[in-house]
Amino acid sequence: MIRFIYIFLFAILSLPLSATGTDGDAEGKINVKEIIFGHLSDAYEWHIAGDVVLHLPCIVYSGENGLKVFLSDKLEGGEEYEGYHIDSESGKIVNAAGVRPFDISITKNVLELFFVCILLCTVILLTAAWYRRNGYKKAPGGFVGMIEVVINYIDKEVAQASIGQGYERFSPYLLTVFLFILTCNLLGLIPVFPGGANLTGNIAVTLTCAITAFIAINAFAPKEYYKSIFWPNVPLALKAIPLMPTIEFIGVFTKPFSLTVRLFANIMAGHIIILSLTSIIFITWQVGPAIGAPMTAVSVAFCIFMNCLELLVAFIQAYVFTILTANFIALAQHEE
Amino acid sequence: MGLLTPDPGLLFWMVLSFGVVFFLLAKFGFPVIVKALKDRQEFIAASLLSAKQANEKLASIQAEGEALLQNARERQQDIIAEAMSEKKKIVEAAKKEAESEAHRIAEEAAKSIETAKAEALKDVHDEVAGLALQIAEQVLRTKMEDRAEQQAAIERMLKEL
Repeated sequence: MIRFIYIFLFAILSLPLSATGTDGDAEGKINVKEIIFGHLSDAYEWHIAGDVVLHLPCIVYSGENGLKVFLSDKLEGGEEYEGYHIDSESGKIVNAAGVRPFDISITKNVLELFFVCILLCTVILLTAAWYRRNGYKKAPGGFVGMIEVVINYIDKEVAQASIGQGYERFSPYLLTVFLFILTCNLLGLIPVFPGGANLTGNIAVTLTCAITAFIAINAFAPKEYYKSIFWPNVPLALKAIPLMPTIEFIGVFTKPFSLTVRLFANIMAGHIIILSLTSIIFITWQVGPAIGAPMTAVSVAFCIFMNCLELLVAFIQAYVFTILTANFIALAQHEE
Repeated sequence: MGLLTPDPGLLFWMVLSFGVVFFLLAKFGFPVIVKALKDRQEFIAASLLSAKQANEKLASIQAEGEALLQNARERQQDIIAEAMSEKKKIVEAAKKEAESEAHRIAEEAAKSIETAKAEALKDVHDEVAGLALQIAEQVLRTKMEDRAEQQAAIERMLKEL
């Protein structure tokens, strides 16, 4: 048993050392901040392992330069191509003057996003196909059964339990957003290609989810909801100087804002902690093997613990986003 | 900080992808699954109800069968008792009849014996009377002649008897 642990530790140790050998600067010192923020932010290429890099297509558009499509290896090492280069500070494509063009490149996160979308559509449409083929009189087993449990839970325990009457209209949206966030979260925990991108820890992704929630909450609300915002049931003095309406109106936007930040911060924090714990190994080995060896064991133990915790967080954050959205919808729908 | 400003490129792709995924799943994915789940739930509820009804029916049929059996047993008892009493009655009657028949036969036999006896006696009487008459006649006939003859005739007649 102990031998297995040693082998495991050795395997874990040897892999990242060779992979991050190029990340250190000239003196061989490791810049932990660079590694962590390099992982958290987007990139125009995907480091798969060691020197294996997947160069992704860049798609940029600007008024004077027009639409340009090229692979990101043209820009490697700060080189200039078609008047564009990667800004060393922000890591984004800029032109010679340092102005960003309209950039819809297939970055690492976008590729991961496509992968999540294809995975999600495949899984759900295959499950739906199973039901089309077998009807409702046959009980599914295995994978379809697992998907059924999740869908049934969100449909009944979240959508129906929160919204009540008329929940059917919102159920597909809640199911989509739950499964989307869950898939992103879980794929983010897988350290090897095609997982590992920090998708739900990216504010653009969580913002989009929150905007869809905002639409779901406000676009289908009855007129009583808008009356309670702009002319609430409070003494006239509070409405004449529009104190309450202002607060209510701000409240409309704080709800999706809190959804955005909660999901983004939770997932990003998880990634930062796991990366920091992994970095402990390299920092302590630089000091010396005497401290490096025991700290490696500590780091691996903590990493395993954090990964288990993140697995839990992946579910919890997807669930929290969904149930909060469902409750906001319920509040808007049943405004008295 | 770069992490807190949403990147327009990713935002664009995210809106597009999420929109397409939502459209596909909301149109072709979830309604099918949710409807199947609902249908199955109703199917299970209906099945449970019908199973309960069938159980109740079965119980009532069982009770009916039990009652029928009980009834049959009672009938059987009644029939057996009736048959026993009937048998007793028949045996009694047969006994009585046989007795009376025996009585009658004995009486008849006695009667016929009596008649036969009477007839026999009458025959004997007649015979004796006839004989007496014959003898008397012979006696009377021979009386006219000789005394000795008379005696001889009587002797002869007696021998002839």
